[in-house]
Amino acid sequence: MKADIRKIVTVLEETSRELDRTVTPPVRRAAAIAVIANPFAGRYVEDLSALIDIGEELGALLAERAVAALGIAGDKVESYGKAAAVGENGELEHAAAILHPKLGAPVRKALGKGAALIPSSKKRGGPGVALDIPLGHKDAAFVRSHFDGMEVRIADAPRADEIVVAVAVTDGGRPLPRVGGLAKDQIKGEDGLR
Amino acid sequence: MADVIVRKKIVTVEEIFHEFGPKPAVPQRRAAALAVIHNPFAGRYVADIAPFMDDLKPLGIAMANALIAALGGDAKAVQGYGKGAIVGSAGELEHGALWHVPGGYAMREALGGAKAIVASTKKVGGPGARLDVPITHIDASYVRSHFDAMEVGIADAPRADEILLALVMTTGARVHERVGGLRADDIEGKDGLR
Repeated sequence: MKADIRKIVTVLEETSRELDRTVTPPVRRAAAIAVIANPFAGRYVEDLSALIDIGEELGALLAERAVAALGIAGDKVESYGKAAAVGENGELEHAAAILHPKLGAPVRKALGKGAALIPSSKKRGGPGVALDIPLGHKDAAFVRSHFDGMEVRIADAPRADEIVVAVAVTDGGRPLPRVGGLAKDQIKGEDGLR
Repeated sequence: MADVIVRKKIVTVEEIFHEFGPKPAVPQRRAAALAVIHNPFAGRYVADIAPFMDDLKPLGIAMANALIAALGGDAKAVQGYGKGAIVGSAGELEHGALWHVPGGYAMREALGGAKAIVASTKKVGGPGARLDVPITHIDASYVRSHFDAMEVGIADAPRADEILLALVMTTGARVHERVGGLRADDIEGKDGLR
């Protein structure tokens, strides 16, 4: 284990109604979130490869936890997203090092596929900061019903020298999608877009 | 008899490895089950609300069992608990009090007859309001190592005519507990206090 993990949180959310309508089947989303020490807090470090490797490790761990929370096979996941919040003594680039170079491959491995870009967000903040994890269809980014977001937060993290890293997966799109666009049963799923 | 209409359910599990001190052999785990329900009394004063407590019983039992499952499935692993409610802005604090009996007794029964009163808190709040749910030992309220709390909340709940109901359970003491007091090993477990 390369990362010094203080805490792992999983969140499973099931929406079965919206206003006066029943959502059938209920839409479920899950996030797995790790709180890790930031090895580069408080100083400028040129080479971020240690954080890049931590990203790879967390991609596998968090995807596995999130899919387990959802309770379905990895290849049944419909959309995904990732996000990170760097504590106040860190640099936004630290979040980028974790999220972008190597985190995606093990996430896709856990899902069997994942042709689309994994939507992401990052920020710097204090303990309890809210992360809005953007969500998009895992094989075709243009599937409009699956454009979504999931808010997560941990009351005591990130401390100044920590980073919060999150991966989210779902078994469907928004509860009552009706703004048109590409539908999930129309996708080819080859170029990651349509 | 009013229907219990659930819009959303969330289960959160937190696994705590350390808080910058020596790592315990077994990480502490805390879990929260949240349900967002329609408030049948929103928007007006209703004198006779108590029958709704019976209507809430099945939901309380389901949430208590979901927590035990989320913590690994063994009720004997659970050492602490608490409960809470956030009433949406068209409701009344007293509506939150409806949760004491169905929430508390559901957990005590699911845990095989826990002795201690279930610590609780409640408030009126808007969507995204946070609630610090207090936690105490399940058999003896004075066990100091198990005084804890878990912050919960949902970005889009409670809406004005909703109530957010919460139950929490933990598998152990605070991760680096060291402020003395009654030890869990030393309790008599008869009166629910010591």
